[in-house]
Amino acid sequence: MSFLRKSVHLLGSVARRQRHLKVIEGAISTAARDFSSKPSEDYANFPGAKAPFVSKLNLIQPEDYAPIPIYRVMDQDGYIADETQDPQLGREVVEKMFRDMVLLNTMDKILYESQRQGRISFYMTNFGEEASHIGSAAALEMRDLIYGQYREAGVLVWRGFRIDQFIDQCYGNTDDLGRGKQMPVHYGSRELNFVTISSPLSTQMPQAVGAAYAMKLRPNNDACVVCYFGEGAASEGDAHAAFNFAATLGCPAILFCRNNGFAISTPSHEQYKGDGIAGRGPMGYGITTIRVDGTDVFAVYNAMKAAREYVLKENKPVVFEALAYRVGHHSTSDDSTAYRPAEEIEIWNSVEHPISKLKRYMVHKGWFDETVENEYVKDIRKKVLKQIAVSEKKLKPNWREMFEGVYAEMPDHLIEQRSELEKHIEAHKEHYPLKDFEK
Amino acid sequence: MNIVSTQLGNSLYNCVRSNLRWPLWTRSHFTYYPTRMGTGKRMNMFNAINNAMDLALDENKSALLFGEDVGFGGVFRCSVNLRDKYGSQRVFNTPLCEQGIAGFAIGVANTGATAIAEIQFADYIFPSFDQIVNEAAKYRYRSGGLFDCGSLTFRVPCGAVGHGALYHSQSPEAYFAHTPGLRVVVPRGPIKAKGLILACIRDPNPCIVFEPKTLYRAAVEEVPAEYYTSQLGKADILRHGKDVTLIGWGTQVHVLLEVAEIAKSTLNIDCEVIDLVSILPWDAITICTSAKKTGRVIIAHEAPLTQGFGSELASYIQEKCFLHLEAPVKRVAGWDTPFPHVFEPFYMPDKHRCLSAINDIVNF
Repeated sequence: MSFLRKSVHLLGSVARRQRHLKVIEGAISTAARDFSSKPSEDYANFPGAKAPFVSKLNLIQPEDYAPIPIYRVMDQDGYIADETQDPQLGREVVEKMFRDMVLLNTMDKILYESQRQGRISFYMTNFGEEASHIGSAAALEMRDLIYGQYREAGVLVWRGFRIDQFIDQCYGNTDDLGRGKQMPVHYGSRELNFVTISSPLSTQMPQAVGAAYAMKLRPNNDACVVCYFGEGAASEGDAHAAFNFAATLGCPAILFCRNNGFAISTPSHEQYKGDGIAGRGPMGYGITTIRVDGTDVFAVYNAMKAAREYVLKENKPVVFEALAYRVGHHSTSDDSTAYRPAEEIEIWNSVEHPISKLKRYMVHKGWFDETVENEYVKDIRKKVLKQIAVSEKKLKPNWREMFEGVYAEMPDHLIEQRSELEKHIEAHKEHYPLKDFEK
Repeated sequence: MNIVSTQLGNSLYNCVRSNLRWPLWTRSHFTYYPTRMGTGKRMNMFNAINNAMDLALDENKSALLFGEDVGFGGVFRCSVNLRDKYGSQRVFNTPLCEQGIAGFAIGVANTGATAIAEIQFADYIFPSFDQIVNEAAKYRYRSGGLFDCGSLTFRVPCGAVGHGALYHSQSPEAYFAHTPGLRVVVPRGPIKAKGLILACIRDPNPCIVFEPKTLYRAAVEEVPAEYYTSQLGKADILRHGKDVTLIGWGTQVHVLLEVAEIAKSTLNIDCEVIDLVSILPWDAITICTSAKKTGRVIIAHEAPLTQGFGSELASYIQEKCFLHLEAPVKRVAGWDTPFPHVFEPFYMPDKHRCLSAINDIVNF
């Protein structure tokens, strides 16, 4: 008993030395307090949480908390609700936003079809999420490093990734920056500071946090890291790791969740029971959090601007949730009408579609010209179709490249295996598609 | 730079029994055979690792050291004093989450900064398996060389310790040896540990250093104080012999050195003892040269037999040295069970099992 008393006393004195903790002086009966009626200023001494005592048993219910509201600037009809929130973007910027969204949308439609025709092996469209890509990318600087999941091609469009680069990647031909090693839509660009996509979900999240930490330590750092992920991916353990590491280690990273309601066929109500992904930020991990309408390009833009400023000033992360709807199928291997009604999709593909909303805004501004727009779409279609024809005919990289890049330098056993394959192919040329590959 | 490996190639081995100096460790299943290195400071393995990381942090201002409980010095004292010296921004604790540590380390390395990440025990590396196998190992390949995480090194205490049971004893090197893109190395003592860690930190590929934790205190050597690296992908011939080739790594090397001595004195069999050092990529030339010379090979490791790294060595030797072999390649390994607590003495590929394997292979 005396030992216990001694340790309790010692623990108390240890805690008291930490000035950030409020200390209860003297023997105030905890039973005399009622936290619910009179918020206490005194915190208990437990190292694990800074909180007051309460003498009434109360199960904390999720319903006790109001959901985090969704920030929006523009309503369905393209009107700005609160003028103070108008980002006042010039006509040129808004037109670039619109055109980049249209470009992405048009390219998606054609590449989706070309997969259907068996010309490329796989594709994933971005329908319905164009605004969250373009709005967020527009608020960033090129030096900011991007980690993506796979449905963020709009960020690349905004940064200047060209149609031929997209399509060459999908074909894995000799002009693919990734050297034909990954599936279609696994883009990457050193030049545009966009880290190469990989299929395992959420793995990029703690990586983005680590990159942000390293960048923070650079003298006069003025670049942040943005990590995109879907609400399904946020269920992975790596998402938890990323949120917690970002908060505890103070990393200037924007953890950008594209909450589009579905992870393949799994609706979000089977993905989590809390208040979306944003709900995890402030109470769960102690991270400043923003939730926006992801179909409103200006809301995403404003929030991203604020998030970027915050993470760089504070060297702390931001959880950013953009709500939208995955209008397209999950991928070309999926038929989404098997698990959701076509009428629902139709609403999000028309009135609630990010491109339609921005179009309405531009109409009000007098910045929209139907014929110019039609010409633009036609032009993009032409360019994409032409590029498909070109990319399709390009040779694939030399098959020997299969052995390159495993290590920085090729180790002996890979040199040996490559020469084994060389000999084999020499003897059995007729069985391999050599004509499609560079010599 | 490569003073250790060049000297080691031909060096003689000090046969002083470490348990005479370290009575605490007489219970362990091995006798430590220090590597003689001329002049240096007496260090045990955790001192040498600490010294290596000190030099790495000093040399490279971008280098970061992190993991669970790394800040106060680490549960094995490997990072002691480093936070005081280099600041809490460069030497720090992470939350308790191995997949996070691995992912974070990859991200740090993506920016070109150097990441030295510690996984507290090899047994707990599995939550980070996805990050290491799917991400770290494939980063350069999948991006066509646009991005990589080559400036990343994992330090992972591994191996039997006498009483570690299931989750403080494992040797998971074979899981990682099946992953193209990784470097996996295992030091056998302080000098090698320092050289390998410094080499891995500099190496432009993601590396895993599995440190046999039973050696942290038990292994004492004269470690050169200066910066040096050990060659990666290179095996060390620790004892020359003509009758049987014994291959091991980590603590098992010391078991094999003792076995070779006993075999010489009691059976008059000359064993060649090779420390494989690098599990991936591994030194096929040294191994095959020795196998062709002796015609008899025994591979010993603590990890379970089935699909242990011994299987890879055995099949490769069989394929490349078939006409030189006088007997089937023999593997002496942990049993195909989880690593047990009270049964550890019966589980280990100890000197008696290795010795009886020598007997069998010579009389085949």
